[in-house]
Amino acid sequence: MDIVLIVKSIIIVTIFAVSLGIAAYETYFERVIAAFIQDRVGPDRAGPFGILQPLADGGKLFFKEDFVPTLADKWLFILGPSISMLTALMSSAVLPFGDTLNIKGQLIDVQGMDVNIGILWVFGIVSLGVYGILIGGWASNNKYSLFGAIRAASQNISYELAMGMSLLAVILVSESLSIKAIVQSQHGINWHIFHQPLGFMLFVTCALAECNRTPFDLPESENELVAGYHTEYGSMKLGLYLFSEYINMFISSAVIASLYFGGYNYPGIDVVHDFLIKQTNDVTGHNIATGIGILVFFLKTFFFIFVFIWVRWTLPRFKYDQLMNLAWKWMLPLSVANLIIEAAAELTPMPFLASWVGLGILFLAYIIFRPLFLKRKLKQNLQ
Amino acid sequence: MQLTDRSKKTDKSDLTVIEKTYWPGVVKGMGITLKHFFSKKATIRYPEQKRYLGPVFRGHHILKRDEQGRERCTACGLCAVACPAEAISMVAAERVKGEEKLYREEKYAASYEINMLRCIFCGLCEEACPKQAIYLRHDKFVPVFSSRDQVIYGKDVLVEDLNDRYERDAWTKEDMAALWQKQKD
Repeated sequence: MDIVLIVKSIIIVTIFAVSLGIAAYETYFERVIAAFIQDRVGPDRAGPFGILQPLADGGKLFFKEDFVPTLADKWLFILGPSISMLTALMSSAVLPFGDTLNIKGQLIDVQGMDVNIGILWVFGIVSLGVYGILIGGWASNNKYSLFGAIRAASQNISYELAMGMSLLAVILVSESLSIKAIVQSQHGINWHIFHQPLGFMLFVTCALAECNRTPFDLPESENELVAGYHTEYGSMKLGLYLFSEYINMFISSAVIASLYFGGYNYPGIDVVHDFLIKQTNDVTGHNIATGIGILVFFLKTFFFIFVFIWVRWTLPRFKYDQLMNLAWKWMLPLSVANLIIEAAAELTPMPFLASWVGLGILFLAYIIFRPLFLKRKLKQNLQ
Repeated sequence: MQLTDRSKKTDKSDLTVIEKTYWPGVVKGMGITLKHFFSKKATIRYPEQKRYLGPVFRGHHILKRDEQGRERCTACGLCAVACPAEAISMVAAERVKGEEKLYREEKYAASYEINMLRCIFCGLCEEACPKQAIYLRHDKFVPVFSSRDQVIYGKDVLVEDLNDRYERDAWTKEDMAALWQKQKD
């Protein structure tokens, strides 16, 4: 059999297993980090430091009664969590986890597949993911679940706009939709975060909203909607919903790391690559350098997963009107402004300087015009 | 009128333009949670780690022996009278020749039983005892029991083990008051 095919299938299976494993351990680290932030120690009974906790949780969920409410639409009720899980797992296919591996003279990407519309693929799949929540919430035949589902849908649509706009600025600079090409365009330390800090902030905020994480976890707000779209779910079907949320968190962290933090790039990547090749030979040196790149990529991803969890245990939930105001009145205009600034900066001979000057002007304009606008609104309110 | 000097006046003025972007508040909050992330944890992992409950915590009963290892109890019955839950019962016996090393007084408790389902750990037996014989240990809990035949504690459980003598910092209320005073100084 073809060596490329074998290696490729090993990589794909590994990516699959890794995203599942990371999602399982996110549940553990979510609890540990939450506990640490609240001055507790968290789960520490199952195995050393409680590292078998995800297994125990999974086992418990599997052995619970698989319950379908009488008045629920049975097939849609089962379809909901399945779609959530499916879409969550599909999106990791196009993420570049590292550079190329040199095996018997063939360069093989450490990536499920390098499609030329990679980032569109991720966004398409993530948008489909909301169907899982919507179908699950609707099929439950419960008012609270339906509210949760509707909130999820409207929230995802609103935040996808700002997300897409801030993403456009990245695509514009790196001139490609392929995530691999976007990562390669940030070679070394030439990361997009330094060019587009505003775009990064918008993107992270939208990613939080897309994953239904606090402070945007209105679809499953437990104190107003019981548990939102998964009120009626139990057993492993609930497990699939929660699991898909954690996979989505991993995927968003990986996407943020690839788009804004250079993926597997790190400062001095060429020096390390040349040094390793000089120390060993062409093939081994290249493969070890790729391995370091993969490690760096996962470090960045884990950092963002930590930030996601950290935000969850810090910030309170938005109200629904605040959520919509933020999306439509602030993030969307800001992301359009960001796109215009980045596009204009690309046309100048010094794009880096120009983008920072543009952002500075935007900030100044905000500081100057915001009080005027507020005064006018106050006058209107008084009349 | 101001009742305390700790009250803080709520700032109800409008947010400034920068504050309206949410970022200063977010960064401040994240800083606070990060500080707690690295701070010392308050948890005591109970079955492995135990908190010191003080020298006068009322736990497991013990029938003290004196310095020469003789039982102090003389079966006067004052503890049983003082007990509001009527948990204590005893049978007295007379010391015979040759038992001077075992019992301090001429009369001793041949059997001494406490019903742990009745005991409320009030410590009145400790206060009533004229011979300083019965105490509630400060360092040991009464273990959970799962059947009725484990409930009545006899002398086999209650009498002090000579190899593992029970000591504490304050034996009486006066000792305790002195200890407190020492801690204050």
